[in-house]
Amino acid sequence: MAASDYDVAVVGGGLVGAATAWGLAREGCRVVVLDEGDRAVRASRGNFALVWVQSKGLGLPEYAGWTIRSSNAWGGFAQTLKEETGLDVSFQRPGGFHLALSEKELEARASILKRLHNQPGIVDYKTEIMDRAQVAKMLPDIGPEVVGGSFCPLDGHVNSLRLYRTLHTAIKARGVTYLPGRRVENITREGGEFRLATASGEIRAGKVALAAGNANMHLAPMVGLEAPMKPERGQIVVTERLRPFLNHPVVTLRQTDEGTVMIGDSKEESVDPAGLTLGVSATEAERAVRLFPLLANVNVVRTWSAIRVMTQDGFPIYDESETHPGAFTVCCHSGVTLAANHALAIAPMIARGALDTSLVAPFSARRFHVQAAG
Amino acid sequence: MKASDLAPAYDLVVIGGGPAGLAAAALAARAGLSTVLFDENPGVGGQIYRAIASSPVADRAVLGEDYWVGSDLAVEANASPALIVTGATVWSLDPSRVVGVSIAGQARLIQAGRVIIATGSLERPFPVPGWTLPGVMSAGGAQTLLKAQGLVPGGRTVMAGGGPLLWLLAAQILRAGGKLDAILDTTPRGNWLRALAHLPDFVLSPYFSKGLKLLREVRAKVRVIRIDRLQAVGDDRLREVVFGTGEGERRMPADLLLLHQGVVPNVNLAIAAGVAHAWNERQLCFEPVLDQDFETSVRGIAVAGDGAGIAGGTAAAERGRIAAIAAVRALKPEALVPDVQTVRQRLQRESMGRAFLDWLNRPADSFRQPEGETIVCRCEEVTARQVRDTADLGCEGPNQMKAFLRCGMGPCQGRLCGLTVTELIAAQRGTTPAEVGYYRLRPPVKPITLAELASLPIAEAERKAVER
Amino acid sequence: MFKRLADAGVAVAITVDGKHVGARSGDTVAAALIAAGIDHCRTTPVTGAPRAPYCLMGVCFECLVTIDGVGSRQGCLAPVRDGMTVETQSGKREAGR
Repeated sequence: MAASDYDVAVVGGGLVGAATAWGLAREGCRVVVLDEGDRAVRASRGNFALVWVQSKGLGLPEYAGWTIRSSNAWGGFAQTLKEETGLDVSFQRPGGFHLALSEKELEARASILKRLHNQPGIVDYKTEIMDRAQVAKMLPDIGPEVVGGSFCPLDGHVNSLRLYRTLHTAIKARGVTYLPGRRVENITREGGEFRLATASGEIRAGKVALAAGNANMHLAPMVGLEAPMKPERGQIVVTERLRPFLNHPVVTLRQTDEGTVMIGDSKEESVDPAGLTLGVSATEAERAVRLFPLLANVNVVRTWSAIRVMTQDGFPIYDESETHPGAFTVCCHSGVTLAANHALAIAPMIARGALDTSLVAPFSARRFHVQAAG
Repeated sequence: MKASDLAPAYDLVVIGGGPAGLAAAALAARAGLSTVLFDENPGVGGQIYRAIASSPVADRAVLGEDYWVGSDLAVEANASPALIVTGATVWSLDPSRVVGVSIAGQARLIQAGRVIIATGSLERPFPVPGWTLPGVMSAGGAQTLLKAQGLVPGGRTVMAGGGPLLWLLAAQILRAGGKLDAILDTTPRGNWLRALAHLPDFVLSPYFSKGLKLLREVRAKVRVIRIDRLQAVGDDRLREVVFGTGEGERRMPADLLLLHQGVVPNVNLAIAAGVAHAWNERQLCFEPVLDQDFETSVRGIAVAGDGAGIAGGTAAAERGRIAAIAAVRALKPEALVPDVQTVRQRLQRESMGRAFLDWLNRPADSFRQPEGETIVCRCEEVTARQVRDTADLGCEGPNQMKAFLRCGMGPCQGRLCGLTVTELIAAQRGTTPAEVGYYRLRPPVKPITLAELASLPIAEAERKAVER
Repeated sequence: MFKRLADAGVAVAITVDGKHVGARSGDTVAAALIAAGIDHCRTTPVTGAPRAPYCLMGVCFECLVTIDGVGSRQGCLAPVRDGMTVETQSGKREAGR
C-alpha cells in the first residue's frame, strides 16, 4: 500500500484512537493509526475502567446527555466487539456508588448532585442519595464509618485493559494499519491531503483525526485546531485476586472481573508518569480499608501512576478544522465511558467528513473563547 | 525486632544478606556508619550461603568448602556494629533513598544516607511445557531445601538444564546419599566454539580444576544425556519427563524434575528505584549500569553482588566491600577503610574464567523462547503463543504486552517471566532485547497488605490529593 | 519426593488443613509441606491449576498458603512455629481472611 493510500490517519493508538479507528473501518475507510512506543505516556494503560454517568455534566449539561448516550450504547458495542474478536470486555452496568466517610462528605456529595440536577436542560439520570442502611443493603461489607452515598443505576464498568487489547485485535481484523513507534512530529495539508511527518517517514491521508490525548495540545494547532489541556497525575493501588465480594463499582474502588480490587483515585499536578507518591497510595489504602474493612489483610500486588488526559474544563473536545478541512479532534478524559460514542457516533461523522453539530456542537473548543470573552 | 524499633534514619541501608550485603554491612559499620541490613529470609547467607549459621547438614563434605567459607562473612557481620534484621522485606526504594520495609506485618519508611542493594540473583526462567506442575522445581529450590533443612530428593529424580549450579547441586545430592536418575544437559554443543577464545583465561582460573573435578564426580554416578527438547508431563502432578535427543524422543518416569539454566540479576528493586539498566548480551539479561564503585545512575544507591551482573559469591563479597568503602568515603571521609585498590585487584582475579563459563553455558534459544501453549507467565498463566500473537498485533514492548495480556501483573511481578517476554517480543519483531526493554516496575516490589500501606505517614497535601 | 538427612533440630507441631504435620525447627512452612509429602499447596486463581513451591527463595509466589488465618503468605519465607495452622489455598483468596 502506498503511503498516500489512507482515507484517514488516526493519531494516537489508545482507547480513543483505537475506538475511532474501528468505527472508521466499519464505515469502509482505509485507516492508519500512528502511535508511540512501549514506554509512551499512556492513559489507556492507566485508567479506572468505569463506564460512569453520575456527576458528569456540572457546568455543561449536554455532557450528561452525551455520556448517557454512550452508556446506553455500551452493551451493544461490547457485544459487537465480542462477535468480531471472541474477546469479552466484561461490560457490566449494575449501578454504581459514590461513598461518603463522614456527614460532611455526604453533604458535599448531595450539594454537587443538586447543582447538577438544577441545571436547565439536564437529563434526569436518577442518581439518589442513600443513607447508611440503604447502602448496606446493596453493599453488605461496608465499614462502620460509611455514612451513606449516592447511587446511579446507569453506572457500570468494564475490563479496560481487555478493551484496549480487543480494540487492537478488532482493528487489525478489519485491516487497519497500525504503526507503533511513529510519534507524529508535524502535520501539513498539501494538495488536498494531509502529510504526517514521523522520524521514520511521512504518512499521507485524506483526513486526520487527532486522538493523541494530552499531546493533542501540540498537534491541534498544526491543523488550525486547538485543544487546551491540563494533564494531571492519578495513582491506583491494585490488590491480589479475590473471590467476588462487591456487586457494584464504587467510584474509588471496584472489583474487576478477574477478582483484583482497584483502588483510586488521586489527583496531583505532577506530569511525571514514572514517579509515585507513597503517601497518596497510603491515603487510598486507608480509605479503602475504612470503606471495606475486610480488605485490611489483602495483599497489594501493584500500584501505578498515570497521566490523565484532561481538557482545561474537563469536558470533551470534538472539532473540525475550518482552515484545514478534514482535520478533526477527538479528545476527552473519559476514553472508556465514551468509547461507544467514539466508535459508533464520532467515527461515522469523520467518515462522512462533517461533525453532526446537533450532537457535538457544545463540545467545540470554541467554548474556551466564549468563556474568556465573558 | 519490630519495625517500630528501627531508627528513622541510618547512614547506610544494605538490602540483602548474602555475601555482598554481609561484607558491605560489616565494613561500613566498622568504619563508623550507622548501618542496618535487611534480609527477608529467616537467616543471613543469601542463596549461596543459605542457612550458613543453622544448616543441619553436619558432614561438611556434602555442601563443600566453597559453601562453608560463607560462615566467616556471617560471623564478621554479626560481630560488627551493623544492625542485622532478618524476616525484613524491603518493598520500596525511591530515588531520595527512602526505604520501605515490612517486618512481621508492620511497615516502616526509613531514610538512608546511602543504599547498597545486594538482592543478588535469581534463576533464569526455564519455560518448558509442564514447568508449572507440582513435582517440577527449580534446582536452586532443591539446593535451598538441602542447605537449610537437610532435605534430599528421595524418589525418581531428573535434573535438566545447564550451568555450574546444576552440576554443583548434583554433586551435593549424591554426596548426601541422594540418587539421580539422569541429568538432561540442554547446553548447545555449539557453545564450545564461542567459549574457546576465553579458554586460556579459564584454565588459569580456580574454576578450571574445581569444575573438572565436579563434572567427573557427577558423571561417574549419573547418566548424562544431551537433549534439545524437554517437557514435563502429568495431570495434577509430574508423572514423566519427555525429552528429545539427536536420536528421537524419549520418556522417563519421574517424581521430581529439577530445572536450572543459570542465574540472572534480581532487578526488581533497582528498576523500581529508577536505576538505569542495560542488556548484557553475553549473559542474556538486564543488569544495572554502574560506575567502578558500583554506584548506579541514581545518586547514593549502589548495587553490589550478583545483582550487579553475575560474577559469583566470592566476587560478590569484594563488590560489597568496594561499594561500602565508597559509602564511607562519601559520608565519613575521615574514617579508616581498607585500601580499595587491593580489593579491586582481588575482584579482578575473581572475574578470571567467567567469560568462558558464560559462553559455554549460554542457554539455547529454544529453552529461552518457548512456542505454543507453554506457559510464560506463571502467575497469570499467559502462554508463549499469546505473547507471540500479541507482538504480531503491533505490541512493541513488555509494558504494552502487560496491558494486553496481564503477563507480569501477578504477585511475582515479572520475576519469572520478564526476560522471556522481552526475548519473545524481540524474536517476534526481529529486533534485540536491548531495543525491546523491560517491564516498568513500581513499589511495592513485594506485596504488602492494604493495612500496611494505609499505616504509612501521610502529608496533608497527599491526603488532599485523594480527599477532594 | 524428599527425605530428611537426619532429624536435626527440634520437633515442631503444626497443622496443615487440620491434620497434624511433624516439622522441625529450621523449617519454613514450604519446606515442612514438602518434607511431609504434601503434593500441592494451592490452586491458581486464574484456572484452578495445582501448584507447589518452586523457587524456595521468595521470588516465584507459588508457595502461597494461609498461615494462622492470614491468606496468601509466602510459605518459603515463614519459619514454622509450634501450634501454627497452615491451610492450602484454593483459587482466589477470600477477602477478610
